[in-house]
Amino acid sequence: MREISQVMHFILIGFLFIAHGVFAAENVTALVPDTMAERVKACTICHGEEDKLGRDAYYPRIGGKPAGYLYNQLRNFRDGRRYYQPMAILLENMTDAYLWDIAEHFSSLQFPYPPPEQVIISSDEVKLAERLVYNGDPARDIPACSACHGDILMGVEPFIPGLLGLSRAYLTAQMGGWRNGGLMRGKTPDCMSEIAKQLTDEESNAVTKWLAMQQASGDPSASSALLSELAHRCSSIVMDNGAIK
Amino acid sequence: MKHTILVNKYKKIVVFCNFVLLMFVANIVLAEIVESNVTATVQQQTLGAYLTRAGNCKGCHTAKGGMPFAGGRQISTSFGDFVTPNITPDRETGIGDWSQEDFWQALHEGKSRDGRLLYPAFPYTEYTKVTRQDANAIFDYLQSLPSVPQINPPSNIRFPFNFEPLLYLWRSFYFKQGTYQTDTSRSEEWNRGAYLVQGLGHCNACHTTRNLVGASDNEILEGGQLMGVNWYAPSLNSHMEAGAGGSIEEVAELLTTGISKNAVASGPMATIVRQSLQHLSPEDIQAMAIYLKSLTEDDSNVRSGVEFSVMLRSYRSQMEQGGQIYEQYCQDCHGVSGQGVPGIYPPLAGNRSVIMDSPLNTVRSVLNGGYPATTKGNPQPYGMPPFQQILRDQEVALVISYIRNAWGNNGGMVSAVDIDRIKGGK
Repeated sequence: MREISQVMHFILIGFLFIAHGVFAAENVTALVPDTMAERVKACTICHGEEDKLGRDAYYPRIGGKPAGYLYNQLRNFRDGRRYYQPMAILLENMTDAYLWDIAEHFSSLQFPYPPPEQVIISSDEVKLAERLVYNGDPARDIPACSACHGDILMGVEPFIPGLLGLSRAYLTAQMGGWRNGGLMRGKTPDCMSEIAKQLTDEESNAVTKWLAMQQASGDPSASSALLSELAHRCSSIVMDNGAIK
Repeated sequence: MKHTILVNKYKKIVVFCNFVLLMFVANIVLAEIVESNVTATVQQQTLGAYLTRAGNCKGCHTAKGGMPFAGGRQISTSFGDFVTPNITPDRETGIGDWSQEDFWQALHEGKSRDGRLLYPAFPYTEYTKVTRQDANAIFDYLQSLPSVPQINPPSNIRFPFNFEPLLYLWRSFYFKQGTYQTDTSRSEEWNRGAYLVQGLGHCNACHTTRNLVGASDNEILEGGQLMGVNWYAPSLNSHMEAGAGGSIEEVAELLTTGISKNAVASGPMATIVRQSLQHLSPEDIQAMAIYLKSLTEDDSNVRSGVEFSVMLRSYRSQMEQGGQIYEQYCQDCHGVSGQGVPGIYPPLAGNRSVIMDSPLNTVRSVLNGGYPATTKGNPQPYGMPPFQQILRDQEVALVISYIRNAWGNNGGMVSAVDIDRIKGGK
């Protein structure tokens, strides 16, 4: 009788031991979701879902942008072609494969766009901006923004970003970067830099103001929407990265 | 007469046949020699590729986003900015004209091909321990790489360090030339580990205290601040810092995947794991772990605790404020009692990297955030946000003081001035 109780005792202890192990393992997985959203928490304190930091925040919205565009930017930050140290530090030890996972994750996010920014703008500036955005200036070899960034300016899959839903501060900084050649370094002969350098201060201001005050809606256009001539002009963006995955 | 002619003819045929036979045999022998040479070359290059990874040559000899091994990376030190040279086999701009002997002279003696003394920014003080055989394999591998014609800018070394005769003096004090000597009282594994850690791995290039002339004070991996990068490479022989505390398996896991139950390799160490350590064989990693673990056997290196100058009253209020910030920003991942999640979010309670004298790495991690290296063993790591984007210096100081002293930690307080000073570094 006593022997049986001893055996039972052992079985009980063994059971508790196993149960404890299972419980501990479940506990860990319950605490930390095995998702990309959990993995990119380091990104979302700045690039948050809701507009936590107010309209003046410099951090651009990245949710819903074309995955190829996001992937290119991640690689540019990591490899020092696009210079922003906080990003470079975070990405330093990541592989291309992981950067692609991150790009796809943010690209797949759909959350509502904020209302457009309140901007003081003259009617002359509106006219100037609309002319450049939709027609460009063929005489100076400036294409329309809409020719590459899509008819509704929401970008073109997979490499061209949308221009709406971004703050004026961010748009102005990017435009300034393109114009001074400071945004992308190295050998990339980028088309956007050539275009931005053609713009006068007045034109550049008008365009960034106008873009910031438009309501964003809709998705990036399909890739066929991109004119072959412009794809050629921006071949450094399209070709270098044509072979992702 | 006719007979003689016949015999002669017969002789000629025999000679000819013999000749053909000989050529045939020779051909086979030759083919075998060539084949075995090809195999030997491939083997040599494979070994060389492996050793090149172990020494992480590519890490320094590749510019950010640049061509592999073509140099051009800038290494900032207190003596000036060194620019790494092109070590691809390009004859004009690389080392295409070098011989095995030249390479050995650089690695083992710290002298360039033209006899010029090299600056120890190239860690020949460690590489000197590498065997001739291994050095040759590395050289053969480098010579098999594609040539990259790339001219790099010259190094910019500050006065008086650019005065080369000073190097003679420096070397006579601090450079001990010689390959690794086996310690016969130790196991073969231990010796292999020591050979890798002290030699090719050049761990001591960072995990050391450097004196005013940039010389490492000793060879015992006692830790020190990195030149020019503003990270602290913790002591590998002190239980108070990164001395191998856990099991050998845990050390091996950290070195291979970049993360273990209780520790994570961050900053420059994450880069070393990604570029070099994750590619080493399990046997070599095991050997290194055994050697590193043995460094902590003698625990006379335990340092005294830090004396902090903060008044008791303000200490309490600071801890309360720091605790509130912790609850808001840190607790979700690192847990209510700083316990973390094994292999995902490192624990902060009892974490030696958090408590150690130098708060530098903790401050850097909080300010800049970061991800552990993406490795085969940890392909999608979880990350730490860069809190300088949303917290003020004062808040960062409070929360770091809190985690250095909560849950039984005893690490001393840091001030907003400390944070500001560390931000000033790179």
